[in-house]
Amino acid sequence: MAINKDYEDIPGTFVFDADRARIGYHLNQFCISLSKAENRDAFKTDPEAHMAKFPMSEEQSQAVRDRDWNRMLELCGNIYYTSKLAAFDGINFQQLAGLMTGMGDSYREMMVNGGRPIAGNRYKHEWKED
Amino acid sequence: MARITAGVGCSHVPAIGVAMDQGITEDDYWKPVFAGFEKSREWMKEAKPDVIILVYNDHCTAFDSSIIPTFALGCAAEFQPADEGWGPRPVPVVKNHQVMASHIAQSLILDEFDITIMNEMDVDHGLTVPLSVMYNQPTEWPALVIPLAVNVVMYPAPTGNRCYNLGKAIRRAVESFDEDLNVVIFGTGGMSHQLQYKRAGLINPEWDKDFLDRLTSDPVGLSQMPHVEYMREAGSEGVEMVMWHVMRGALDDEVTEVHRHYHVPASNTAVGHIILENKS
Repeated sequence: MAINKDYEDIPGTFVFDADRARIGYHLNQFCISLSKAENRDAFKTDPEAHMAKFPMSEEQSQAVRDRDWNRMLELCGNIYYTSKLAAFDGINFQQLAGLMTGMGDSYREMMVNGGRPIAGNRYKHEWKED
Repeated sequence: MARITAGVGCSHVPAIGVAMDQGITEDDYWKPVFAGFEKSREWMKEAKPDVIILVYNDHCTAFDSSIIPTFALGCAAEFQPADEGWGPRPVPVVKNHQVMASHIAQSLILDEFDITIMNEMDVDHGLTVPLSVMYNQPTEWPALVIPLAVNVVMYPAPTGNRCYNLGKAIRRAVESFDEDLNVVIFGTGGMSHQLQYKRAGLINPEWDKDFLDRLTSDPVGLSQMPHVEYMREAGSEGVEMVMWHVMRGALDDEVTEVHRHYHVPASNTAVGHIILENKS
């Protein structure tokens, strides 16, 4: 019997469960490699050669090339991993959140004003998208 | 005999460490974050723990996706601050009470908590930021530190109930150690925050406040909260809060809240902090 994924109705969220961890494994291992200086150097020198060390799917590789942060998450990347690629590009967590939410600089302003409220953000049916 | 006398709950937001390391804690943005830790630093001077058992989560630093232990106890002599992609934090090396750590490891496993033993491990901001906010910037950490890493990155994290009961087992392990030591246990992470995807930036101060209240008034009930409630109400990364139950389980049933601090935001996160003392 399948495990009940009672967390799949949370909007705008991926829960990095065992299935996602399996599918995202090589993408995430590529990203985390960038926490080591020698790998950052290798990726800087020859991005494709460094990426080729990790057998990601072509879609995952393309999302990396495109720096499509949400696509990486959709393809089972995890934020703690993709944030290493962002850091490589000089993008910090808060700027990355601005990119993922499409809010840009207004994201920081939202946080200073208390963050995204919980009301209306609990269930997918409360969002028009998803 | 060694005794656990108090518990500390504390967020570990990496940007807090960066602010301290860059010396910008007096800026308008950061000042209210750090103001709430002034009393805590005084309290630490009074409490003077010999050993801190620091329950924290690693952020794919010591454990990438290749190995994901649910509970991993640091048993090495010392732990270096890790390079998380922007160079190691300029903070002291973390030194262990190695004899006690190996005693706790043995005791926990015989108590049916099948923990992983780490004899080599670097520690990331999850461990060093709580030390920084509580101790400021000493040249050496004033206490020995036994790290206990909990997986909260890959779902599922251990349940709140499991964490609470692990706290009880840690207490038994500490109290069966002969050396006369004052031990303080830290539960870290949280509070409400979501770092990822389109709902990033979620903050739920009412939920956070209720969590802080119930650490004193209803710790057992609080430990029964299902994961989905953390993730829905406090953000996908809010599930880190299960680590606070390890701290709470290691304390007396009756505790006194001696300090609390709550502030929004630090970067993407609600900062929460509490100090609980055993009544006995």
